[in-house]
Amino acid sequence: MIVSFIQRAVMQGIPLLYGSTGEIITEKGGHLNLGIPGIMYVGAISGVIGAFFYEQSVETVNPILAVMIPLLSSVLGSFIMGLIYCVLTVTLHSNQNVTGLAMTTFGVGFGNFFGGSLIKLTNSDTPSIALVETSRCFKTALPFADKLGAIGELFFSYSFLAYSAIIIAILVTLFFNKTRAGLHLRAIGENPATADAAGINVNRYKYVSTCIGSIIAGLGGLYYVMDYADGIWSNNGFGDRGWLAIALVIFAVWRPNFSIIGSILFGGLLIAYNYIPNLSFEQVELIKMTPYVVTILVLIIISMRQKKENQPPASLGLSYFREER
Amino acid sequence: MSKPAVKNHEPLFHVVKRPAIPTWQSLLIRAGAILAALIVAGLVTFFLTGLNPIDVYSTMIDGAIGTEKRIWNLLQGIALLLCVSLAVTPAFKMKFWNIGAEGQALMGGLAAALCMILLSDKLSPALLILVMFITSVVSGAVWALIPAIFKAKWNTNETLFTLMMNYIAIQIVSCFSFKYSVPKGSGSIGIINSISKAGWFPSVFDQKYFLNILIVVILTVLLYVYLKHSKHGYEIAVVGESENTAKYIGINVKKVIIRTMILSGALCGIAGLLMVAGTDHTIATDTVGGRGFTAIMVSWLAKFNPIMMFLTSFLLVFFEKGAIAISSEFDLNNSFSDIITGIIIFFIIGSEFFINYSIKFREKEEKRK
Repeated sequence: MIVSFIQRAVMQGIPLLYGSTGEIITEKGGHLNLGIPGIMYVGAISGVIGAFFYEQSVETVNPILAVMIPLLSSVLGSFIMGLIYCVLTVTLHSNQNVTGLAMTTFGVGFGNFFGGSLIKLTNSDTPSIALVETSRCFKTALPFADKLGAIGELFFSYSFLAYSAIIIAILVTLFFNKTRAGLHLRAIGENPATADAAGINVNRYKYVSTCIGSIIAGLGGLYYVMDYADGIWSNNGFGDRGWLAIALVIFAVWRPNFSIIGSILFGGLLIAYNYIPNLSFEQVELIKMTPYVVTILVLIIISMRQKKENQPPASLGLSYFREER
Repeated sequence: MSKPAVKNHEPLFHVVKRPAIPTWQSLLIRAGAILAALIVAGLVTFFLTGLNPIDVYSTMIDGAIGTEKRIWNLLQGIALLLCVSLAVTPAFKMKFWNIGAEGQALMGGLAAALCMILLSDKLSPALLILVMFITSVVSGAVWALIPAIFKAKWNTNETLFTLMMNYIAIQIVSCFSFKYSVPKGSGSIGIINSISKAGWFPSVFDQKYFLNILIVVILTVLLYVYLKHSKHGYEIAVVGESENTAKYIGINVKKVIIRTMILSGALCGIAGLLMVAGTDHTIATDTVGGRGFTAIMVSWLAKFNPIMMFLTSFLLVFFEKGAIAISSEFDLNNSFSDIITGIIIFFIIGSEFFINYSIKFREKEEKRK
């Protein structure tokens, strides 16, 4: 039972890990992207739309195309969302909170609208969006996983998107700490005017970091719908996971390697009520509250301790205009 | 040997900050943005439904103000959104990013609903409404006070703090909806006191929403006066513009932050009361329905001016109702209205740039000589 609990916690955690890694990259560049929940919806539905058209158009699905088409359409969808956010906040200096919230309204609406109306719009004769074939291709696990017993279940039973989430998180950590570009990005998040004076192209970094962050976050939506939900789209099925991903950023004190552990912990908290016997409905709802309470506690503690390396990027949420000092 | 003249590379255009432009110009830019948004929204609808653009707008207008009942529903929708927008405004003006209005209004609504459930047979109807009012205001204020204290004392990031408080409020409401659910275990409370109507706002002039609308109109005027013509309003503006200036001229910044957030939360509590006692007569996790977030955009787009906020909420609610009419006519998903709302907000946000900045193109070489 412990094994299946951890396994399910990891599966719950992976979308959060994608979302928080994407948000960390964005926040390190000084942009608080509250549009992440919407972007994750768009990433998910774009993948669904791509897979839907592909499954409708062919008799037998080719496993490689069945993975590549949703993957690329998901990347494209979340990239466009990231681009809209960048144009508004970087180029047009709009308020980031307002833009982000508008992105979330738009993105969640976009996801639910196409999720609910795709069949009607394409006049297709399928009763519901169930991309079982595509989902099967996404879920292909390592072949030797079930031969290794509990160890295989714990470490090798996931799909390729789950492993890539962890690899991306590690790569992003290395990028921040070991590369010059990572250093530049962090400098921009702390003080864009200084970075600008040092000859760093602030706007280019902001565009690239925010768009890559959006793409990574969008993959979290794709993982959720293709892998966790078996390719079956249900409106609002993704729920508040986008906000939980933003919570995870704080919990991990802006470090992607911490958020690997954090995501599994949050994933565990999300499903813990299934594993505690004799809970009433009220208690279940209270247990679901814990990730948010824990996040607030972390937020309070880091603000009280004032340790420099654990603070949010100093210019987080402020737009930068060179002529304004 | 003379050096060759250094040819400076000058970009094609650059952006400069404008001095304040006349009101009519800024209104013109905004009107242009709304027009552009309308065209794009019409085009999107056209591609999705095949309806010709003229019909799109006429269906929208009919859906929003086609009958007397729809007009009242529109006004009611504006009132609720405007109430939450008013609530977040004092905090925003202070540059305190209270994005917890959703949770604060939900807690206010929860308090009202609990009073309706627990006290309806103990108190007289008038007294019950009074008690509901007080508890709603207090619980909304407390929910806002918690992040404010931490902001004032330790400078804890208020955006993230208030955001998390929303979800705690949602879970608390969800917990109570199981506790008092009818039937047991269904997870929804259902209409409270549907027979006795205890704790319901009375109908005035045969209009069940009249009282809601009246309360919000009064609040709008009061808040306008408070922000524009009171000492508190002035202090809020100074703290928002520059905290250092505020300290220098002897304003107690911490006190202003806490006082303003109590006000903001209390107004959110009233919004919750209007939603529960004046509209839904029940409480659920989606009672506030995202208005806490939409309100932030309304308040920001109106530049914190309560009168302008009425126009912005009108615009958004009008299109929400219109888009819902289109989606139900074509059997599409109701989330269509969110897409339209998103498009309109993107355009208005983008237009702010052209109000605050202007683009200077590179001048021709000869011209400069």
